[in-house]
Amino acid sequence: MTDIFGVPLLALLGQMLLGLVNGSFYALLSLGLAVIFGLLNVINFAHGAFYMMGAFAAWGLLTLTGIGYFGALVLVPPLIGGVGLIVDRLLLKRIAHLDPLYGLLLTFGLALILEGGFRYQFGVSGESYDVPESLQGALDLGFMVIPKYRLWVIAVSTLVCLVTWFVIEKTRLGSYLRAATENPTLTQAFGINVPLMVSLTYGFGVALAGLAGVMAAPIFQVAPLMGSNLIIVVFAVVVIGGMGSILGSVVTGLSLGLIEGLTKVYWPEASSTVVFLLMALVLVLRPAGLFGRQT
Amino acid sequence: MKARRRNIVLPGLGLILLLAAPAVFYPVLLMKLLCFALFASAFNLMLGYTGLLSFGHAAFFGGAAYVTGYLLQSQGFGPLLGIACGVLFACALGALVGLLAIRRQGIYFAMITLALAQMVYFLCLELPQTGGEDGLQGVPRGNLLGLNLSDDLTLYYVVLVFSSAGILLIWRTIHSPFGRILLAIRENEPRALSLGYDVVRYKWLAFVLSAGLSGLAGALKTLVFKFATLTDTHWHQSGEVVLMTILGGIGTLTGPLLGAATLVTLEDQLADKVGSLVTVILGAIFVMCVLVFPRGIVGAATGFTERLLGKSQPPLP
Repeated sequence: MTDIFGVPLLALLGQMLLGLVNGSFYALLSLGLAVIFGLLNVINFAHGAFYMMGAFAAWGLLTLTGIGYFGALVLVPPLIGGVGLIVDRLLLKRIAHLDPLYGLLLTFGLALILEGGFRYQFGVSGESYDVPESLQGALDLGFMVIPKYRLWVIAVSTLVCLVTWFVIEKTRLGSYLRAATENPTLTQAFGINVPLMVSLTYGFGVALAGLAGVMAAPIFQVAPLMGSNLIIVVFAVVVIGGMGSILGSVVTGLSLGLIEGLTKVYWPEASSTVVFLLMALVLVLRPAGLFGRQT
Repeated sequence: MKARRRNIVLPGLGLILLLAAPAVFYPVLLMKLLCFALFASAFNLMLGYTGLLSFGHAAFFGGAAYVTGYLLQSQGFGPLLGIACGVLFACALGALVGLLAIRRQGIYFAMITLALAQMVYFLCLELPQTGGEDGLQGVPRGNLLGLNLSDDLTLYYVVLVFSSAGILLIWRTIHSPFGRILLAIRENEPRALSLGYDVVRYKWLAFVLSAGLSGLAGALKTLVFKFATLTDTHWHQSGEVVLMTILGGIGTLTGPLLGAATLVTLEDQLADKVGSLVTVILGAIFVMCVLVFPRGIVGAATGFTERLLGKSQPPLP
């Protein structure tokens, strides 16, 4: 069997695949954060909580109404996005005129409320959610065997990220969005309903987190605190990528997942800190982030 | 002259109350209160007087708690030397984190400090010296200058001396020329820069000082509770100190003290009654604070009296 730096090739490929799966979640979540930040100037600390709610919504649909995984994949994002719309209308609109830091603090409080509430209801250990039947089993590539569900996660999230990029960069709706990011007052003067667009954007970003939650449910335990540590890693991903470009946050997310997976093989002790170390390195070399614009 | 006398009367009254407090309240609760009052004041030096929101102060608080705990427990250090090493560690960590984070402002500064603090959290989880999930348990308090610290009341007065000294240092800093420059940076950074001040270095120095004093609070906390755990370095701890400061009043001297006292008492009262709902209540207070009175208790109170006297309020930061 081939070894690469003393590690069997198969084990290496397996870890890289796992890393890409994690990277898909980083990409989806940091994409949502970047879209929200672009228009609202708010770092959405509650993003991890919405991701967790997405997973719980999928679990709830299955246990209460019998709606399975694919139903949840369609139903949950609009549901969680709707919660986001309400949050924006009731809370974020009130502090839009204040310093962006207040948005961070408000969503931090919101994250505490949501996570605390779910922990009170469901305990810390959480529930399990099975991989849907059609995606169970593994794909035999001849030289290695890949669980189907992992491929599915990578494929779906890459697709969603690309579609988002396309909509924002190449369509008329996207051009309104970019105009509103650049200069909201002027855009509104042209007759575009900017406040509505801001709400919808927040709802969309949050819906992405919900979607990530549904896809995470069969891989990780559906637990109240599943998003609480993840979100910090995603923050680091955002700092590394920079807030400048949509595609940047997707590429950074995927590659950091991959790097994390590789670290797990070669230096397991450092796997939980490697993203933060990279962040420190990027801050020294390119303070604005890899894809960010210098401000 | 009159203002100067009032400046002495209030803290003096507070100190007398604190000296007598163990007669009425449980000393351990009071010590916890003092530690967090110091922690929040140190944090306020950044947010209130330099205008930088650090979301990673738990790294300094918890890091020092671990260092002090380890030295006291495994290396046989005395409490004074243990605390000193904890504070030094926090300063060094603050110098390093500050060096990286001060390159960015506002929201990025918050995210970077948060992420770096999370790294400290993972280190505390995985290093062989820190006891993993359990943390350090049963740290001995030892003797300080012939005083036996295992007595709660004795320790209370020691903690009172240390935390008052820390808060006094913050007070001195704010009223020094250095503190004035920090305020100038908070109000208008480009202007401070154009006046020839090395803005980055001033911010960095304030950050190191704030980190060191947070470390002092953490080291004292280890001495009081005889343990250092992962909770001390978790980002919830960072969030809690933000909440204490905002609840009390950003950029005021008494605000963080009041905020810390309110939250510590609240948690102490609620812990048995509502269990894990405490987090929900904290979150709700957070949201209310930001929405309804972002100036905090002290800010709202001064705002009220100033409105009575017909003065206008300064705009929010």
